Amino acid sequence: MTTGHTLLKVKNLTKYFPVRKGIIQRVAAYVKAVDDIDLEILEGETLGLVGESGCGKTTAGRSILRLIEPTAGDVFFLSKKLADPGQEYREINIATAAPKLLKSLRSEMQIIFQDPYSSLDPRMNVGAFIAEPLLVHGMAKRHDRESRVVELLEAVGLKADHMKRYPHEFSGGQRQRIGIARALALGPRLIVADEPVSALDVSIQAQVINLLEDLQKNFGLTYLFIAHDLSVVKYISSRVAVMYLGKIVELADTEQLFSNPRHPYTEALMSAVPVPDPDYSVEQIILEGDVPSPLNPPPGCYFHPRCRYAQEICRKQTPVYRQLNGGHFVMCHLTEELDLQPVRQG
Amino acid sequence: MLLIEVRDLQVSFHTDDGIIPAVAGIDLTIEREKTLGLVGESGCGKSVTALSIMGLIPSPPGKIESGQVLFHRNGEVADLTKLDPKGPEMRAIRGNEIAMIFQEPMTSLNPVLTIGNQIMEAIILHQQLSKKEARHITIEMLHAVGIPSPELRINEYPHELSGGMRQRAMIAMALCCNPSMLIADEPTTALDVTIQAQVLKLMNDLRRDFKTSILFITHDLGVIAHMADEVVVMYLGKVVESAQVRDIFHDPRHPYTKGLMKSIPSLTTRKKKRLFTIEGVVPDLFELPSGCGFEPRCVESMEVCKRRIPPLLEVAAGHKVACWLWAHCQEGNIS
Repeated sequence: MTTGHTLLKVKNLTKYFPVRKGIIQRVAAYVKAVDDIDLEILEGETLGLVGESGCGKTTAGRSILRLIEPTAGDVFFLSKKLADPGQEYREINIATAAPKLLKSLRSEMQIIFQDPYSSLDPRMNVGAFIAEPLLVHGMAKRHDRESRVVELLEAVGLKADHMKRYPHEFSGGQRQRIGIARALALGPRLIVADEPVSALDVSIQAQVINLLEDLQKNFGLTYLFIAHDLSVVKYISSRVAVMYLGKIVELADTEQLFSNPRHPYTEALMSAVPVPDPDYSVEQIILEGDVPSPLNPPPGCYFHPRCRYAQEICRKQTPVYRQLNGGHFVMCHLTEELDLQPVRQG
Repeated sequence: MLLIEVRDLQVSFHTDDGIIPAVAGIDLTIEREKTLGLVGESGCGKSVTALSIMGLIPSPPGKIESGQVLFHRNGEVADLTKLDPKGPEMRAIRGNEIAMIFQEPMTSLNPVLTIGNQIMEAIILHQQLSKKEARHITIEMLHAVGIPSPELRINEYPHELSGGMRQRAMIAMALCCNPSMLIADEPTTALDVTIQAQVLKLMNDLRRDFKTSILFITHDLGVIAHMADEVVVMYLGKVVESAQVRDIFHDPRHPYTKGLMKSIPSLTTRKKKRLFTIEGVVPDLFELPSGCGFEPRCVESMEVCKRRIPPLLEVAAGHKVACWLWAHCQEGNIS
């Protein structure tokens, strides 16, 4: 599926949110939501981004699209539409792009949100909602917009006559399809899907996952798939990045990550996922305590207070994010010394 | 040993737009010291079933139309649906003998009372103990649910605790009177997976230590596989299948259960071509199909399914299914 070339390259991306205190709203501290992450997304692939709530995965997704302004770092995007004559692509740094350039770039990168109930405008009929980006990006003729909306509705498994209806008339799964149709309106190449199925019922979840895969095939889409559900991420992703407290702690091909995890957090996370089989048993690694506050992360490796393998070095030194063999990245001092428990596959 | 028997329970909600039959005649039996898992999608009636047992159905608009909830204790049997939900008898049972944990601990704890005060309230009310004794028990309970330094935490407000800690406090509150029955309605759905693992382990340990029965309600089949002894699958206010947990997962009989099992991606399965999907959506509760509720989405639908509602029949030892495909399996004719 992948063409092998990099569509998006994230370098040292950082997002700190200031915490203000007192009458003069002095900046007292920073929440390090995304803390210096590196990432590459290949054209045509699905990169899964998993982690627990508060680990910064949503902030990472939004900073990449510059829906929120990153504090530091670069996000290079290989644009096709804005390529110079004679060139196939043009590399643009999203993080520093001027507003006008950014707006034209937006047609190539879109987002799907988690909650299909709050992400649709209740007073806008579905046709107008899906057509809005077309209008903004200069598709002037009403007739053109309408025929495009019909095309999009059919692509996501809805009907043309749904155009005149309002969001409250649809079920959760259908609403998510509407959100997807709108994201597709401008023919994007990259879609950031932020927990697109976690608000849906089990039987509807499978429908939407299949839809996302079909659309990827038909339109050559690249996904950054953000989710907390490891089972879903494993199913849909070609590669997976695991985040903990604002940092990517491990990144590898999906099969590689699950059959040969190299970070203790990944191991614990995988063992905690309840498997729908009463006879399945692995040694469950119960992590003690909660995720520390990103306001005041522990010194050294951020994971060391909950890590059962932690040693002196972990308490003192921040590990380096480094590449092992192949495309397996990990951020742990002890990787070479550990023999971690994989997922047992049936 | 039987603890709770629900017989032909029917609950509906009378709204301005019509009557919603939320629970349409279900039977459940909960044994002592066992966990019964209740699974189904949103709107299938699993929470309403739990609230009916607790006598917490808001009335109006809710109404228990018929049926019994038989509570066995000390050799006696009480029908909870016959008791006044606000009367002294029900109040003596609720929170004391039957306790409940809700999904979202942030909204079910009182934000203006300390954790300690909220837990002590139940102990003082039900066990007629002094404040000092109640405080002592509370600290012990907080310790039992794994809250570190309970003597300090007891004075904290819900917002000072993390999500996992709040759910632990909820569990402590539910178990402080040593109830024989614990109803847990999606107790870990709002929690992260590593915290969920902690809470599930805690619940299993406490069930053993306190000899409590659990009615565990969830939509997550992975969680059910680890928690339940027996599983009941609900669809549109009805039980469609019930069996021991192994039979439900390894030998599901109802097309809905089979579809659910195939449609969830699991960590342990290698990627197949496509996920199986159950087509369509849950029908509108105002316009229920006249036959089997699952018929419009069923891949094995037959003529009879459109016209008549299938009865819940035992098709193998301890395994009941409500489906016309299995209707030939009458008693004595078990396949």
